[in-house]
Amino acid sequence: MSTSKEWPLWEVFIRGQHGMSHRHVGSLHAADAEHAIRNARDVYTRRNEGVSIWVVEAAQITASSPSEKGPLYEPARDKVYRHPTFYDIPEEVGKM
Amino acid sequence: MYAQMIKSEATQDDPEMLAAFQARIDAGEKIEPKDWMPEGYRKTLIRQIGQHAHSEIVGQLPEGNWITRAPTLERKANLLAKVQDEAGHGLYLYCAAETLGVSRDELTEMLLDGRMKYSSIFNYPTLTWADMGAVGWLVDGAAIMNQVPLQRTSYGPYARAMVRICKEESFHQRQGFHIMMAMVNGSDAQKRMAQDALNRFWYPALMMFGPSDKDSVHSTQSMAWKIKMNTNDELRQKFVDETVPQAEYLGLTVPDENLRWNEETGHYDFSEPDWSEFFDVISGNGPCNTDRLNARQKAWDDGAWVREAMVAHAEKKRARKLAAE
Repeated sequence: MSTSKEWPLWEVFIRGQHGMSHRHVGSLHAADAEHAIRNARDVYTRRNEGVSIWVVEAAQITASSPSEKGPLYEPARDKVYRHPTFYDIPEEVGKM
Repeated sequence: MYAQMIKSEATQDDPEMLAAFQARIDAGEKIEPKDWMPEGYRKTLIRQIGQHAHSEIVGQLPEGNWITRAPTLERKANLLAKVQDEAGHGLYLYCAAETLGVSRDELTEMLLDGRMKYSSIFNYPTLTWADMGAVGWLVDGAAIMNQVPLQRTSYGPYARAMVRICKEESFHQRQGFHIMMAMVNGSDAQKRMAQDALNRFWYPALMMFGPSDKDSVHSTQSMAWKIKMNTNDELRQKFVDETVPQAEYLGLTVPDENLRWNEETGHYDFSEPDWSEFFDVISGNGPCNTDRLNARQKAWDDGAWVREAMVAHAEKKRARKLAAE
């Protein structure tokens, strides 16, 4: 078995044609960024899925931890006044 | 299926953590890579996703066999696109498995040294062009039957890979059926080839769903964890019910004397495949097991210098860039 070290893992983001932002589509292995773009083109755009590719080495991504779910996201839950439906506006005012 | 006979790993975790984990799954939450999960869940998934990935990769071989001999340029382009998709599907699945803490090279090594399996179906030879029709129609048809429900599996990365795969896979089955339609509308010899391909692939396709539920001892835990969504027999029945009318449309005969529509159950009755053949093939004694693994081993060995050269080149470029700064 070969002892060579494995190519690093890259996360792939693709922007489609309709003005949406780049979206994470998956990951792949490649020796460097240029190689990763080339592989991403073959693996993730076989059916016209995109017009722009970003690749980021997976090791460079910092992610929030699942154990922080409570402190990070719960405070937003009781702030219903951040949504437009919180404010009752009389019908005679019209569309707002 | 593409993952057959996946043994559920026993779990020795804290009962409270296990109960909380099961509650998340029962509530329909997705489990993500950094979440706590029972060791058995993790190991069973590595085995299942790995076997699924290996099946996609090894599955390129029986079809790759016909790319250079496709009857027309159009058929050749179709088949090439399909085989390229299988490579892509293997890659999506390897990446999903890697999120569980196994490396790509470890997965490859486990395939090559026999610790991990791939689907029994790819150990049958593809002898004629009609086999390309039968493989697309029956083998991809059976795979879709299993993969559609797996889009709802509890493990996020696996579910997302399945969504992509299902989107792409329906073309595979249709191109196979299209080949069969051309064959059955051709000369008598071509019709015979189509019938012969169905005769050879029918039972191996039924085996893809794995042993009968009464002999399938690993299902309960996997179904509770939602990494197996239906029993083997449920999916097999669904496959037969959908495929028999398609065979009739083609004017081909399913090679089963016991096949008949059952008014009472609303399903077809059919003969089970020869399970001793299945166990024989999965344990390494099918017609093509040695060829398939040799081909994978050769690709791995022949590619070694490319993998190394790419790393060396990337390191050289990085050093040059640093020196220029």
